[in-house]
Amino acid sequence: MEMDDAAAVARVRAGEKDAFRLLVERHSQTIFRLAFRMMQNEQDAEEIVQDTFLRAYRALDGFESRSNFGTWIYRIAVNRCYDLLDQRKTRHEVHSQDQPEADELDLVEQIPAKDPNPERSLLSSEIEVRVRSAMKQLTAGERTAFVLRHFEGRSVEEIARVLNVREGAAKNRVHRAVQKLRQHLQPLRTF
Amino acid sequence: MRHLADGELVLYHYHDGDDLETAKRHLASCAECQSRLDAIEEVLRLVVTPSVPERGPGYGSEVWNRIRAELPELNTRQHSWLTVPRWAWAGVVGVLLVVVFLMGRYSSQKQSPNNVAINSNIPTQPRAQQVRERVLLLAVGDHLDRSQMLLVELTHASGTGEIDISSEQQRAIELTDANRLYRTTAQQVGDTSIVTLLDELERVLLQVGHQPGSVTAGELKKIQDSIQSQGILFKVRVVRSNVREQSAQRPRTASSQKKGQII
Repeated sequence: MEMDDAAAVARVRAGEKDAFRLLVERHSQTIFRLAFRMMQNEQDAEEIVQDTFLRAYRALDGFESRSNFGTWIYRIAVNRCYDLLDQRKTRHEVHSQDQPEADELDLVEQIPAKDPNPERSLLSSEIEVRVRSAMKQLTAGERTAFVLRHFEGRSVEEIARVLNVREGAAKNRVHRAVQKLRQHLQPLRTF
Repeated sequence: MRHLADGELVLYHYHDGDDLETAKRHLASCAECQSRLDAIEEVLRLVVTPSVPERGPGYGSEVWNRIRAELPELNTRQHSWLTVPRWAWAGVVGVLLVVVFLMGRYSSQKQSPNNVAINSNIPTQPRAQQVRERVLLLAVGDHLDRSQMLLVELTHASGTGEIDISSEQQRAIELTDANRLYRTTAQQVGDTSIVTLLDELERVLLQVGHQPGSVTAGELKKIQDSIQSQGILFKVRVVRSNVREQSAQRPRTASSQKKGQII
């Protein structure tokens, strides 16, 4: 019979390092998917996955046995993404004083066409680039809340718990994110 | 008839509202709100879930192989330490710092001027000094991590009406107490950069700790402005990074002398 998460955690805590392997193998895909959706970048997502498990291992003393390991490590991953987004946002804001807007729309030309209809393909690529650009306008808190709600389908209650904020604050972040996305994507509505 | 606010329409879209049935009935009879909801949903339809690059069934093993070498060994003795609750850990670290602090005082009292002159030629640091620096770096690193997390959360907190910051306030009070202890020890060790940072951090922590459990958006903004104007978050990150580096280097350089400093 396969060992469950709680048993694996207990064995790691008892000094059996290799028991952590089972936890890594079981939860890596979920953490990678979350990290990719948050960071929209494969390299960052891989970094988050590794860092999340390393932190989880080192912080295993803070894990309460009656809690769900999956939820706990998911929370660590969200917080890592949040921190990284926050750092990037701060750096970007400083950097963008010199370069007001990155020429992201030029990227449209670099995205390979998958659709046989070139016009439709170009439009789809433009939407994709604009969405990515709009997502970058969100603060780390707004982006985290939005990704968890819109892409990950997490409830407001779960988002509040993961971000350690009140439900009202979680709702506000989702709302502000939607408002900002509307402002940036409004011109595309007519297509 | 009260129209639905944009926030309520967003909540309705995600099925998160407190009273979805009422909102649904209103939307059925109000073309204006329905039209605004359609506009929101039209934009949200553009934000499609990004396709995640494939990771095969062996991905978990790959991750394990990448991190395995970096995982420290946990023996059963460490385990008994690790199971100590977090609050007790803080107490243990506090007691340890006090002991180390007293060790420093004791060794400095025993150090006669003659001994200083003789020892200044010895290329090794006094052992008590090394221990104190090592303990300080480890403890301060953890303290800065927790302080940074608190400051980040406060900087990004938002809301309308009364905003509950009681948990942040409580954490700030706990961190203030620890901060004082670390600052005193850092002064004894003579690490001025840590002393300066902890001094500034303490003022911010005190400010947060003295707030009521609930604040208005205006009061929250004042706290956020205060954090931002002092650049404390940036300073914490920089010193945290330095501490991490020093902490990693310390075992290799533990025997190196520190510019003739004798306490």
